[in-house]
Amino acid sequence: MLNIKNLHVKLEEEDKQILKGVNLEVGAGEVHAIMGPNGSGKSTLSYVLSGRDGYEVTEGAATLNGEDILDMEPEERAAAGLFLAFQYPVEIPGVGNMTFLRTALNAQRKARGEEEVSAADFLKLIREKAKSLKIDSEMLKRPVNMGFSGGEKKRNEILQMAVLEPKMCILDETDSGLDVDAMKLVSDGVNALRDAGRGFLVITHYQRLLNHIVPDVVHIMAEGRIVKTGGKELALEVEENGYADILAELEGAA
Amino acid sequence: MALPQVKQDATDARLAGLRLPDGAGWATSAREAALARVQAMGLPGRRDEYWKWTRPDGLNAAEAATAKVFPNDEQPIFSEIDRVRLVFVDGVFDAKQSDDPKMAGVEIERLEQATRADIHWAKDVYGILEERAQDPVARPLAALNTAYASDGVMIRATRKAKCPVSLIYLHKSDNSDAMLHHCIKVEEGASLTVLENGPAAARFNKVMEVEVADGAAFHHIRAQGRDHERQAVTHTFARLGRESVFKSFTMTANGVMTRNECVVELTGDDATAHVAGAALGDGDFHHDDTVFITHNAVNCESRQVFKKVLRNGATGVFQGKILVQPEAQKTDGYQISQALLLDDDSEFYAKPELEIYADDVQCSHGSTSGAIDDDALFYLRSRGVPESQAQDLLVLAFLAEAIQEIENPAIAEDIRVRLEAWLERRRKG
Repeated sequence: MLNIKNLHVKLEEEDKQILKGVNLEVGAGEVHAIMGPNGSGKSTLSYVLSGRDGYEVTEGAATLNGEDILDMEPEERAAAGLFLAFQYPVEIPGVGNMTFLRTALNAQRKARGEEEVSAADFLKLIREKAKSLKIDSEMLKRPVNMGFSGGEKKRNEILQMAVLEPKMCILDETDSGLDVDAMKLVSDGVNALRDAGRGFLVITHYQRLLNHIVPDVVHIMAEGRIVKTGGKELALEVEENGYADILAELEGAA
Repeated sequence: MALPQVKQDATDARLAGLRLPDGAGWATSAREAALARVQAMGLPGRRDEYWKWTRPDGLNAAEAATAKVFPNDEQPIFSEIDRVRLVFVDGVFDAKQSDDPKMAGVEIERLEQATRADIHWAKDVYGILEERAQDPVARPLAALNTAYASDGVMIRATRKAKCPVSLIYLHKSDNSDAMLHHCIKVEEGASLTVLENGPAAARFNKVMEVEVADGAAFHHIRAQGRDHERQAVTHTFARLGRESVFKSFTMTANGVMTRNECVVELTGDDATAHVAGAALGDGDFHHDDTVFITHNAVNCESRQVFKKVLRNGATGVFQGKILVQPEAQKTDGYQISQALLLDDDSEFYAKPELEIYADDVQCSHGSTSGAIDDDALFYLRSRGVPESQAQDLLVLAFLAEAIQEIENPAIAEDIRVRLEAWLERRRKG
């Protein structure tokens, strides 16, 4: 599904290399987690994949179902099935949450040559999806993320994911700012979307989230590279011993 | 005191080509007095404090510059709204194209007809509110209008009007130079909505004087026409009684020169005045909102909400003042002026002013100019919304606070459709 090869990325504005050769393959139906200390390049990876300005790919490639996504506009990547759940969802005053979602869904469908969803069908769809995430109609009517609590913003991200039904979901620190109950709600939302045709890349600092969204594969990222890959037990190891041991082990090996 | 020579010359040149309307009955003295005001003030000049950012030359000139009639293929605005239509062609009332001006509780007359009556309510409005508004800031083009305008409507509402009065300004001649002077009186407990739309003429000078009595409500929504080359200076003068409501919204799209002045005086306690505008400018476009709200009574509320979207070198100006007199305690004043600059060539000049002499008031103001928010744009795009569409969504979102000032949802929707059409016409690719 998602295939990243030897990806090197630097900041456009300054001569600072952030990713230094990332290799990663997420298959359909798989959940991969990326953990790593601050500044290791986890969020940069998510931004580069979704097409945010300010980064320059100096080497390597990234494909989604065989299609090169690095040359696509952000909206084309979305239409191709890529979704990024933001670490800091953006507040957009004046744009209604429903209007936003319907516009997005129909824009994607149009780009794929599919028929647009009518207002009535959309209403039905969103009510059903919102209900399971405990998002009330008042939240749907408000401007995008305006006045939402941290937990509400993250739930709103998952709602968008549920409505847009992407093939490849990247969750950038979706657990940050969540209390235990909200984490449960968000995780349930994500787990409900797990299926054989969909891949997930879950970026997180903490193992906690991975108790709820159980990964198939865990990667440790440090200094712009994936330095260790293992099963879900790797996350537990990090939780217990921190990153220092793993990093020391690597240095010892080098 | 003698006028500066430049001003004297400009004033003489303009007045030389004008003649006071004949046989105007009671209006004659109002016109003569207005002419004397113009002669004393002189026409606006660039050295005048409130004309620093807007060149008055084209509005002053003896002859109106040519403005080609713009072929407009849009369905006329407000056409789905039940209303009494009054049509003016190049500033002259056209009875044939207009509806029969009859509505229960609303008297509608042409200015000329009103001036023939010995006794008329408009005598206490015509030129009266305009004159009051000359202090402390001179508005000579309004006095010029009072002196020379020979057409316009006098509307008096004595109860809640069942539908809006819709003033439609058609522009047919490339060289038309129009002046209209309307007087409106909304009597105690009555309410009236006035709609205005259309470019009016190559050059248009309009005065609308509005007296809103105790407990009365006046709503005003206008869409200034799309003609690219037209010039307009408009003045709205309002005086508000106790517990009355005055709400005015203006949408402006295109036009090389627009100066909209709005002067509101809150004279009765617990009155409300809202003035709002949404302007869209592309290229050779200059749009100026000059607003002056005076709080003269206790516990009144005023809001000024002005938004401008500018691109390709368009210019926006906002000069807004809230004056709170010593007796106007418990005043609640708000003013916001914002420009969204879609490129580096466009400019926005703002002069927000608060002058407060009472000690128990709440007044806030803000003025910003900026570009589209990159984070919001990326967020929308990351969800699949193409860049140009995402930008339009953000532009409409930017304008939303001004559009929200329109109370009638059908009218607000009509305005929104116009704004969307404007954006769509300019969509890249």
